Amino acid sequence: MSELVIETRGLNHYFGQQKVVDNLSLKVQKGSIYGFLGPNGAGKTTSIKILLNLLKSQKDTVYLFGKEINSNRIKSLKRLGALVEQPAIYAHLSGKENLINRCILLSINKRKADEMLALVGLTEAADKKAGKYSLGMKQRLGISLALLSDPELLLLDEPTNGLDPNGIIEIRNLMIELASKHGKTILVSSHLLSEIERIATHVGIINKGKLLFQGTITELHDLSKPTIEIEVSDIDRASEFLKSNGFEVNTIEEKKISLMYKSAEESGKINTLLVQNGFTVSSIYQVRKDLEHLFLDITKNN
Amino acid sequence: MHALLISLKSEFYKSRKTLAFWAAILLPLLICSLIAFGFFSQSARMSKVHYPAEALWMMYSGSALSVMGMLILPFYVIFMAFSVNNIEHKNDTWKTLFAQPLNKFSIYAAKYLYAVLLIFICLSLFVLLTYLSGNLLHLLVKGYNFNEVNPLGLLSKVYLKLFLSSLGILSLQFIASLIWSDFLKPMGIGFIGIIAGIITATKGWEYAYLIPYSHPAMVLTATKGKEPQVFFTQEIYSSLVYAAIFFILGYFIVARKSMK
Ligand SMILES: Nc1ncnc2c1ncn2[C@@H]1O[C@H](COP(=O)(O)OP(=O)(O)OP(=O)(O)O)[C@@H](O)[C@H]1O
Ligand SMILES: [Mg+2]
Repeated sequence: MSELVIETRGLNHYFGQQKVVDNLSLKVQKGSIYGFLGPNGAGKTTSIKILLNLLKSQKDTVYLFGKEINSNRIKSLKRLGALVEQPAIYAHLSGKENLINRCILLSINKRKADEMLALVGLTEAADKKAGKYSLGMKQRLGISLALLSDPELLLLDEPTNGLDPNGIIEIRNLMIELASKHGKTILVSSHLLSEIERIATHVGIINKGKLLFQGTITELHDLSKPTIEIEVSDIDRASEFLKSNGFEVNTIEEKKISLMYKSAEESGKINTLLVQNGFTVSSIYQVRKDLEHLFLDITKNN
Repeated sequence: MHALLISLKSEFYKSRKTLAFWAAILLPLLICSLIAFGFFSQSARMSKVHYPAEALWMMYSGSALSVMGMLILPFYVIFMAFSVNNIEHKNDTWKTLFAQPLNKFSIYAAKYLYAVLLIFICLSLFVLLTYLSGNLLHLLVKGYNFNEVNPLGLLSKVYLKLFLSSLGILSLQFIASLIWSDFLKPMGIGFIGIIAGIITATKGWEYAYLIPYSHPAMVLTATKGKEPQVFFTQEIYSSLVYAAIFFILGYFIVARKSMK
C-alpha cells in the first residue's frame, strides 16, 4: 500500500455534548485527490480544522505525513496549504498585499505573489482592495494563498464555492494538474458528488460525523448495481409474464420495467422471450444508478 | 525568535495603512503643534513675565503631558489594543493566522509587542516634538528663553514612566479586545476604568495603585509633587505586574480561542 499523507485513527470530536466527528478513520494516499463528501453539518470543516490543529485532537489519533500532529504541529503545517470555509483575506489590503503578507509569514520571496496572482487569474485586480473583490475573486485569492508555499498537501474546503462555471473548470483543472504533474495530495470537500467525481481518485463520504464510505472512485461505482430497463408494450401484462418466468422485477413505471442486471446473455434471453410471446420491445438497455443518487442513498440511510 | 520577528513584521505590514498605525504619529504631531501654536500666539503676553527657563519648559511640556497622560494616552492604549485584535476579528482571519507554521505564542506575543511598540513610538515622538518645538519657539520669539535649560532628560523620564504605567491598561484591554469582537464592550470597560482611574488617582486614594487605569494619572500627580527622583514608584511596579499577569492570561485565552 502506498504512503499515507493523512491518517486519522478513530478520531472523535465534541462541541459541548454534540459529537461532531465520530470514530473517523481517514486514509489519504500520497498523490491522490480525495473527495471529502457530506451534506451540510456533516463535520467536514470540523475535520479539516482538526487536521490543521486548530481544533485539538487526542494524542495518537491524527497523523500527517506519518507523524503525530500534536507533537509535530509546525513541521506538518509547513508542508500543507489550506482554504477553510470563507477565504481569510484582509479587506483593507489589496490582493497582492494579502499575498505579500503571507510571504512575510512564510519567509518566501515576495516575487512569488505575482506568480500566484497570474495562476489564479487575478493579475489585473492585483492592486484592488480585496474587500472589493467579488465572491469568486476572493475564492481565487484564497486558493492562491493556499498554494503560495508550494505545499505537498492541500486541504481545500469547498474551493469552488461561489465560482462561475469557468472558474470551476479552471480550479478543477488546476487540481488535476497539481496532483498529476506535481505529485501533490489534495483533500477537497464538497456537498456534491457530481462536482468531485470527475477529478477525485478517492472518495470519503461523511454524515453526522461518521465515515460511511471510503475508497477509490471505482469502488464507489461498483457499489451501484446496474439494472436493465425495458420499454415494452402492455406493461402490466409483460411484467406479470416476466415474473411468472422467474425474473425479479424491481419497479414498473409508466412505460418501462426495471430488472436487476445479471449478464448480457440474460438480457438477450429476456428480450427473445418477450418478443416470442407477442410483446413489442421498443428498447432494452442497461443503466447504472448515477453516483449522485447513490450518494444520497448512502447519506440518507444513516 | 525568528517567528516573533516575522510575525511582528507582518503586523506592521498589515496595519501600515490603518488609523491605528498613523495615530501613533499624528497624535503627537497634532497635540504638540497645537500647544506650540498656543505659545506662539500668546508670546507677547508670556514673554513679558520673563519666566525662568525651567518654569517655561514645565508649563510648555506640562500642557502636553496633562491632556496626554490623563485622557488621551489611556484612550489611545484602548484603541491600540482594540485595533490589533480587530484586524483579525473583522476579517475572520484568526484561524488562518493560527494555521501558519509558526509558534502560537510568537504570533500572540508579536501582536502585543506591536501595540507596545506603537505606544512607545507615540510617546517618544511626544518627547522629541516637545523638545524640537520648544527650541523652534525660542528661535521665532525673542522673549522665550527655552535654550537655557535642556529638558530632554527629565522629559524622557516622565514619558518613560508614563509608558510603563500604561502597560497594565494595555494588557487588560488586550484581553477584552481578544474576547469581544465588537468595539463597544472593550471601549465601555475602558471608559469606566479611565474615569475611575482619574478620580481615584487625583483624590489620592491609597489603593488607587490597584486599578491599572489610574497608573498614568498617578504618574502625573506624583511628578507634580514630591519625590520626582524615584523612578520605580508603586504605580509603575503595579502596572508592570498587571501587564505580565494579563499578558500570560491572554495567551491562554488565545490558545483556546483559535479552536473555534
Ligand atoms: N464552533 C462550533 N461550536 C459548536 N458547534 C459547532 C461549531 N462549529 C461547528 N459546529 C457544529 O458541528 C457540526 C459540523 O459542522 P461543520 O462545519 O464541520 O459541517 P460541514 O460538514 O463543514 O458543513 P457545511 O457543508 O455546511 O460546511 C454542525 O452541527 C455544527 O453546528
Ligand atoms: Mg463546512
